[in-house]
Amino acid sequence: MQYLLTLYSDEAGWAKMSPAEQQQGVAAYTAYGEALAKAGALVGSNRLQPSATATTVRNVDGKSQVLDGPFADSKEQLGGYYLIEAPDLDSALSWASRCPGASHGVIEVRPIWKM
Amino acid sequence: MGGAPHNRTSPAPLDASLDPNLVKQNNVQSESVLPSPNSPGWKDAHATAADIARRSYGKLVAFLAARTRDVAAAEDALSEAFAAALSDWPSKGCPANPEAWLLTVARRRSIDLYRRQRNEVSTEELDMSESLEAAAAATEIPDQRLAMLFVCAHPAIEAGIRAPLMLQAVLGLDARAIASAFLTSPAAMSKRLVRAKDKIRQTAIPFRVPGRDELPVRLDTVLDAVYAAYAEGWSDPAGTDVARRDLTEEAVYLARLVAALMPDEPEALGLLALLLHAEARRPARRSASGDFIPLAEQNSRLWNSQLILEAEALLHHAGAIGAIGRYQLEAALQSAHVHRCRTGVANWQDIVQIYDALYAITASPVVALNRALAIAEISGAAAALAAMPDISADPRLAEYQPYWAARAELLARIGANRDAHHAYDIAIGLERDPAVRRFLQTRQAALPQGDS
Repeated sequence: MQYLLTLYSDEAGWAKMSPAEQQQGVAAYTAYGEALAKAGALVGSNRLQPSATATTVRNVDGKSQVLDGPFADSKEQLGGYYLIEAPDLDSALSWASRCPGASHGVIEVRPIWKM
Repeated sequence: MGGAPHNRTSPAPLDASLDPNLVKQNNVQSESVLPSPNSPGWKDAHATAADIARRSYGKLVAFLAARTRDVAAAEDALSEAFAAALSDWPSKGCPANPEAWLLTVARRRSIDLYRRQRNEVSTEELDMSESLEAAAAATEIPDQRLAMLFVCAHPAIEAGIRAPLMLQAVLGLDARAIASAFLTSPAAMSKRLVRAKDKIRQTAIPFRVPGRDELPVRLDTVLDAVYAAYAEGWSDPAGTDVARRDLTEEAVYLARLVAALMPDEPEALGLLALLLHAEARRPARRSASGDFIPLAEQNSRLWNSQLILEAEALLHHAGAIGAIGRYQLEAALQSAHVHRCRTGVANWQDIVQIYDALYAITASPVVALNRALAIAEISGAAAALAAMPDISADPRLAEYQPYWAARAELLARIGANRDAHHAYDIAIGLERDPAVRRFLQTRQAALPQGDS
């Protein structure tokens, strides 16, 4: 089974961190990615630019409506994802709980819709 | 949702369900003249078939669903198998191995179902079909009901639907019966049950008993769901609503099941002890006219001594394992109350101590409330009022009938009759059971006029 782990957190937190803390934060994510890869669980992952860079598009009456800003304007924003391979939900949840993002935000775990 | 046929008598004792030899005793022999429907013979045969079917139900759903993770499909296949059993067995006699018989039919139906859904037979299906084939040939079907209970109470499943899910998937209750017990519409209950089963399948919640490291937390959710099922049934203490009265029996059945499958888990034993204590006193909770009788005024000869003995033995055994927990403490409280009522020897100090331990684990305002009432018995009403939990600390207390009833009682004891009258008003306004309401109104009417 594949699961998508989406990371939500308060983006303001990153800017408030000292360079040393930021470095430590990045190192924790790198280590997590390596652990996933080592276990053969990593399918793909990416960190996203802040939500201020987001643009939404929706077609209304045949016309594209383009708007500045993220889809949901909430305090915690989508900041990145991991696509992982896991035998069952418990295993996926266990990977999610190890992700550094679970400590400074929240992680949503969803199975991939198999076509 | 097809439920298993289940006669509405008390659940079969667990030991019988675990002993395959007992099934044989229940064999209905074919007779040269077939009994006609509705004759006593036919009814007996039907009841026996229903009983065996019911005992096998959870085992078979668990076994089928563990392989496909599709609880709904397992239930559908089984309900067809049960329908076949109920039409075959009364006239032809129960098969020597009813579970294998049911599994063979259910397996055929579920493979048909898969084939209908998809045109090609996938490798997954072939695997399933092979493993089901092998299992049907075996004389004993592995019992995966415990894994099933852990799936139903998985943290990824909405907390409020865990107990209904257990009642359906393990005991075969239909959504209508569950909905009526949980005071909701059958349509709404069905929808939530379907959603939970979809989640099990789509997210691949594993059918297994959690490992040692996770077990304490995961077992709590299982026990809490069983307790919730019992509490739902208990809230109709008059026993006028058949669906809810049955629910307490079903919950005790589940508690027996968990305790039998995890005999070394003290909290599983503690929960069963707690429920048995509550069941034991049920006959004494109402007068002949249906009035509510508080514990202190109950006729202890109406209590079921056998259930109390069983509860005490369980609690003793749990205590010997040496890991205290919420349910053992709750059962210990019941045990202490029973002891006091039977011997007349006050043990309020012990009771306060148990509440202290319980509060340390749960931090529940309800525990604090009951602890205050125990203090009233030792140090008087004024001390108890001072020990009562602060309503501003937990707003839920404002809507909790026993909080206001307790307050009223204590205020009356110190002669604050006006305040007591007011507290009774709120308690009466919050109560949904007419018998309890009558009880509170009688107490309120007995208050002297003015403060003393």
